[in-house]
Amino acid sequence: MMEWETVIGLEIHAQLATRSKIFSGSSTAYGAAPNAQANLVDLGYPGVLPVLNEAAVRMAVKFGLAINAEIAPRSVFARKNYFYPDLPKGYQISQYELPVVGKGWLDITLEDGTVKRIGITRAHLEEDAGKSLHEGVAGATAIDLNRAGTPLVEIVSEPDMRSAREAVAYMKKVHTLVRYLGICDGNMQEGSFRCDANVSVRRKGSEAFGTRAEIKNLNSFRFVEKAINYEVARQIDLLEGGGKVVQETRLYDPDKGETRSMRSKEEANDYRYFPDPDLLPLEIDAAFLDSVRATLPELPDAKAARFTAQYGLSEYDAGVLVASRELADYYEDLVARLGGEAKLAANWVNGDLAAFLNKNNLEITDSRVSSAQLAGLVARIADNTISGKIAKDVFEAMWTSGRDADAIIEEKGLRQITDTGAIERAIDAVMVANPGQLADYRAGKDKLFGFFVGQVMKATQGKANPAQLNELLKKKLAAP
Amino acid sequence: MSDVPLHRRTLAELAAGLARRDFSSVELTRHLLARLEAAQPHLNAMVSITAESALAAAAQADGVTAAGKAGPLTGLPIVHKDIFCTAGVRTTCGSRMLENFVSPYDATVVARLKAAGTVMLGKSNMDEFAMGSSNETSYFGPVRNPWDKALVPGGSSGGSAAVVAARLAPAATATDTGGSIRQPAALTGITGLKPTYGRVSRYGMIAFASSLDQAGVIAASAEDCALLLTAMAGFDPRDSTSVDAPVPDYAAALAAPARGLRIGIVREFFDKGLDADNEREVRAALAVYESLGATIEEVSLPNVGLSVPTYYVVAPAECSSNLARFDGVRFGYRCEQPKDLLDLYQRSRGEGFGAEVKRRIMTGTYVLSAGYYDAYYLKAQRVRQLISADFARAFERVDMLMGPTTPTPAFALGAKTADPVTMYLNDIYTIGANLAGLPAVSIPCGFVRGLPVGLQIVGPHFAEAKLLAAAHALQRETDWHRRVPAEFA
Repeated sequence: MMEWETVIGLEIHAQLATRSKIFSGSSTAYGAAPNAQANLVDLGYPGVLPVLNEAAVRMAVKFGLAINAEIAPRSVFARKNYFYPDLPKGYQISQYELPVVGKGWLDITLEDGTVKRIGITRAHLEEDAGKSLHEGVAGATAIDLNRAGTPLVEIVSEPDMRSAREAVAYMKKVHTLVRYLGICDGNMQEGSFRCDANVSVRRKGSEAFGTRAEIKNLNSFRFVEKAINYEVARQIDLLEGGGKVVQETRLYDPDKGETRSMRSKEEANDYRYFPDPDLLPLEIDAAFLDSVRATLPELPDAKAARFTAQYGLSEYDAGVLVASRELADYYEDLVARLGGEAKLAANWVNGDLAAFLNKNNLEITDSRVSSAQLAGLVARIADNTISGKIAKDVFEAMWTSGRDADAIIEEKGLRQITDTGAIERAIDAVMVANPGQLADYRAGKDKLFGFFVGQVMKATQGKANPAQLNELLKKKLAAP
Repeated sequence: MSDVPLHRRTLAELAAGLARRDFSSVELTRHLLARLEAAQPHLNAMVSITAESALAAAAQADGVTAAGKAGPLTGLPIVHKDIFCTAGVRTTCGSRMLENFVSPYDATVVARLKAAGTVMLGKSNMDEFAMGSSNETSYFGPVRNPWDKALVPGGSSGGSAAVVAARLAPAATATDTGGSIRQPAALTGITGLKPTYGRVSRYGMIAFASSLDQAGVIAASAEDCALLLTAMAGFDPRDSTSVDAPVPDYAAALAAPARGLRIGIVREFFDKGLDADNEREVRAALAVYESLGATIEEVSLPNVGLSVPTYYVVAPAECSSNLARFDGVRFGYRCEQPKDLLDLYQRSRGEGFGAEVKRRIMTGTYVLSAGYYDAYYLKAQRVRQLISADFARAFERVDMLMGPTTPTPAFALGAKTADPVTMYLNDIYTIGANLAGLPAVSIPCGFVRGLPVGLQIVGPHFAEAKLLAAAHALQRETDWHRRVPAEFA
């Protein structure tokens, strides 16, 4: 069996979170009635002209600065010419030879903890096309131009990824970054963040790239992973069977879990790019760059490094917490309220809170337990009012009822029993009630210790302070 | 003045008459509408005559005048080239593709002139999508030259030129991509101004070649051009290529004397292609400038001979993309019963566009294609820069350049339609100014075999005031611009 190496490059399309379109004043809000947000410019009416939205430029430049890229002092908008009903002008305004963002990079963390640098070739501004709709219009195609002219930044990576997992890690990193920067809402279901994957395989040790296939329009991390894995297997099968990979565009069918050919290189469009004479070259000076730089937030990698240093968290915990700016903010607010207990706080955010959010498919911003409420709970663990185990029940009650931890603890009488006399009385009762087990334990069956812990906890409804219980139980069981 | 018929008066004279209440805008409008209607079967200069809305606008203008709120253009009737979008009035661009297209908005030029109080009489005929030099490519039939109806009026703004030459309206808007204002102005004996690229907004002007297209004006005199340009020019936030520079009062700048003017004559424009009689008239005009105290020296534009081939790469390239939006989907012509999407595209465009438009779309598609882009489009852009540099060097030595607007006077209908290259060569002297984005004016400077001859004046960027003043200086000394074809006197 031949050993194969996979080579992947991604082209990520991120919709910029501007209020209006890139070349017109129409709203970019999602979900309006079809064509309600398409004005004469978006419709490509005779005589209309594009006017560049400065907010889109700021966002693209912000991204460029965040990936350590060169920002072109002069970039040029070009026309990409092709006919399609959802492309009103018969061309898409994009950037071709001179993009606004040049070479940059991002680091991703692999599963074994090593860090890999992924090169970014370029990122350019362009307008999105409209949508062709085939449902509910039998025998016809309907066109919705609300999306036409929505600003996109297309982020083109180097072919630096060697597995589907690496590709997903990179895509997630970009996803986190654009949301940190506030330049894209990252909503993949609405198509705000999607990618095309260029996939090829080559013999291990070979320098030359294999022939690649481009898988279009992947709009979930899961699809990216599945589509790439399918495509890699398909290409290896082909090559091992003596066949050849053809350069082509493929589509991923999530229902069937396979990619299939859309068009080959021979059928590919000749887009006849040329500089758009309706738009002046985009010139970016130092003052503009400074003004954008001033708006850069603390970026995920820097934040993660700070979390490990400042809060003593593991790299893993820090990495999870900085996955979104809102989650990191939630955590920092929690720690600030607690005045410490950073590790305990991280365990709660990454543990129970994350599990409840996941189960309910909620973002941190929609959490039913606020950071202030969670601080109230963690504080009660820290001051020994309740045990960690009881705290899980309290948390669930908080999630369900929306009430504060203290109210639930008081109401249900969940305060930990730390009174030595009370614990001793409970132990005595258990010993009296279980003479057989007691005899066995004293005869050397040490394993029965756990049985007695359980029985006492049961008797105290789990409220006995575990450390005290341990100590007292050992003493009592030992004394004949 | 009162014995001069209204249609023989210049805009400036009409404005004065309106201000004195010698006549009303409604009377003037009625008079001109009658002339337009009467001439239409003979000249075919108009695509639409909008009598009803014109009379309403005129009545409104009279009200403004009565209220003492009139501006310099209030109540003056004009014609718009049918390339400018006009809300509620169809805008055809001379094409079957837009035969029934009614724009939902006004072009900036239209809106500004409307706001200034002008009265639109209608929309003038033109070469289809402004592609042509004879007005023979119009879907609505050729326009005829008022000086001789067997001849072409030039193009693409042939309708606007014919309307003014026959004094059916005192002025008309027009556009110039390679000579489409100046060449018909020369061939019909009137004054046409193509401003600096970016001086006048292109918003709402249906694009032919975006980097070359510029809106301008056709009128009987330089003074009238100045009046209209003052109202039309200026930055438009809706056109990124319009220039944010102050607009002078062009009419006020007309008095500048020709004394001391350094005039360059372009050696390459007095070549073997130039009709000897044309040359004689042009040189006679130059002599007038000398007599006024201007100095004349010969200059060379070594690369200007490449203007025509350069233009016929750049302009078709841009037009092939600009005209892609006419696909039968959202507006304009749609073929009957399309089988599928490809059929819809192919037949809508095949049936909606005329032969010259298709020729240019194909040429443009070819020069932008993979493998040909560098050899054609990119090379043409480089030559374009060389031509611009030639002009810039010339303007270090002289204030403006003068020479013939066209190689010959008007030619016969059908004479050049068989060979597109012969037709293209008609713009050999005018295209350079478009490639370099320079302002240029054509003014009548004599007659050859009973036909008018044009003198072209080209200046540096934003030198419109100087060009118009120079043109005005000749028009104070000569009466070529007051000559009117006998039939339309």
